[in-house]
Amino acid sequence: MSRSRRTRLQVFRGVVFLAMGAFFLVPIAAMFEFSTRGNSVTAPRTMEAWTNILKTPDLIDAITASLELAAITSIAMLVLLIPTMVWVRLRLPALNRIVEFLSLLPLTIPAIALVVGIFPINRWMRINISDSILMLSIFYLILVMPYSYRALDAGLAAIDIKTLSEAARSLGAGWGTVMVRVIVPNMSSAILNASLLSVAVVLGEYTFANLLTYENLQVAIAYVGLTSAGTSIAVAVASLLFAFVLLLILSFVGRPRERVARAEEAIPVPESPILPVRKSFIGVQK
Amino acid sequence: MTLAGSPAIESTARPIRGGRRLSLNWLGVAPFFAYVGLFLLLPTAILAVGAFVDKDGHPALSNVTAIGQPYLLRTFVGSTIVSLISALVGAIFGALLAYAVATGNPRGVLRRVVTSAAGVFAQFGGVTLVFAFIATIGPVGLVRVFLQDRGVDIFPSGVWLYEPSGLTLIYTYFQIPLMVLVFLPALDGVRPQWREATESLGGTTWHYWRYVAGPLLAPSFLGCTLLLFANAFSAYATAAVLITQGGVLVPLQISALFTSETGQAQPGLAKALALSMVAIVTIVTVLYALLQRRTSRWLR
Repeated sequence: MSRSRRTRLQVFRGVVFLAMGAFFLVPIAAMFEFSTRGNSVTAPRTMEAWTNILKTPDLIDAITASLELAAITSIAMLVLLIPTMVWVRLRLPALNRIVEFLSLLPLTIPAIALVVGIFPINRWMRINISDSILMLSIFYLILVMPYSYRALDAGLAAIDIKTLSEAARSLGAGWGTVMVRVIVPNMSSAILNASLLSVAVVLGEYTFANLLTYENLQVAIAYVGLTSAGTSIAVAVASLLFAFVLLLILSFVGRPRERVARAEEAIPVPESPILPVRKSFIGVQK
Repeated sequence: MTLAGSPAIESTARPIRGGRRLSLNWLGVAPFFAYVGLFLLLPTAILAVGAFVDKDGHPALSNVTAIGQPYLLRTFVGSTIVSLISALVGAIFGALLAYAVATGNPRGVLRRVVTSAAGVFAQFGGVTLVFAFIATIGPVGLVRVFLQDRGVDIFPSGVWLYEPSGLTLIYTYFQIPLMVLVFLPALDGVRPQWREATESLGGTTWHYWRYVAGPLLAPSFLGCTLLLFANAFSAYATAAVLITQGGVLVPLQISALFTSETGQAQPGLAKALALSMVAIVTIVTVLYALLQRRTSRWLR
């Protein structure tokens, strides 16, 4: 590479990173600045908006509800997806493509369109089962499924579940033991990944809750924002920071697996059926 | 995966107990299919059927033909313009950022930070994102006031933040990171040897981009732009919080028809609009998948 071209490239990269950094960080800084403003232009900085969060019962209820929804949705996702995915890989490989297709399908159905079809089902459930906001988690499971499926799929591709389960079964383990004590511990980082993604999706959800008339965190933030902008922006900053922390943890969870994959690569495995999979997996990580 | 081989092994290994095994095997996936059937396929079916049924439950095309009304066509035009511009802007700036990342150290900290941040920001949207922009360039926003003090007015002819043009700007906030995530693998597939080969044949930078990298990256770039379009087209929360007057975008129109407080609710029409949205997003996503497949031929 010629010297002048290298300089030009470095200048280009510097400009792009600075401009993009500003575009993405200034709005977040501005939000924080806004939430610490006093009542007038000359008033000193105050944390009043932040302390007001605790004095707004609507917000507290909504935060609690959203956290509960996130927990229930994550657990339900794991209970539904892991056994199904493992079972399909071991026993019904022909169904693998169908399960994958159905799990990723919600990506191509906009939430605002899906909720129109869900509305009558939700109304029936409200009348006949329960009116609680926690019923939303049944529908949220659909929304988190594509993201969770991909995370769990990457985890399952990295381990040889067939050999693991056959070894466990030949030692007398039942299917429950295989699942809980053999497969789950071997894909713990994928499970953490899938759970964190689910939590992030649920905490940020607005469309379903708004149109099905439940008051979750995002709906409450929008609602409070009509009367006291400062407080609702403070909650928004708080929920944003929480989601950032979750997703940052997530982006670093992938690391140990990369190391494992490379270590496995060094060991020659004779007639391993998953070798091609592992190769493509490393390709994905890169 | 060695999918093709496994079923054969399965059936030859257990020929005798095959029948009973099969039913037990199906039991293992029953919860998943029951759940997906009830809460994903049934709602979709409700949409599909509801769009072709009139108020009294008789089969009719009235809902579908009603989409032809000028005020509804305008929402489709509005949605398309917002999605298209935000997709193009997001694709161009996202590609520039992805190129800046791809030309750096592949194991560097900068790359790790940018890709992690892109993963976070691509998920960002809704109420919080709208508030962030109001706090930045809203009437009393940080940047707006800062510029105003220095004699620059970003709203010379009225505040455009609460209009589709403001929404387009806000959408780029999650479009650019999404572009980085989906376009970076294609850029990583570009080998430095190709550039060296161009140079050794006497080609300039322009020649390299025009005849080598450009044509190779074009399908991926186009595909990613389509994905961004679908992403913006299906977004609802951000628009709903920002734009209070309903009806300028398809998602807002759906929610207006659906939950109208003035008794004007037209659930059949809402379903027809929702179904047409699903159709548009599905077509765009399939095109994206086809273009990605074309890219993956040389990208490995």
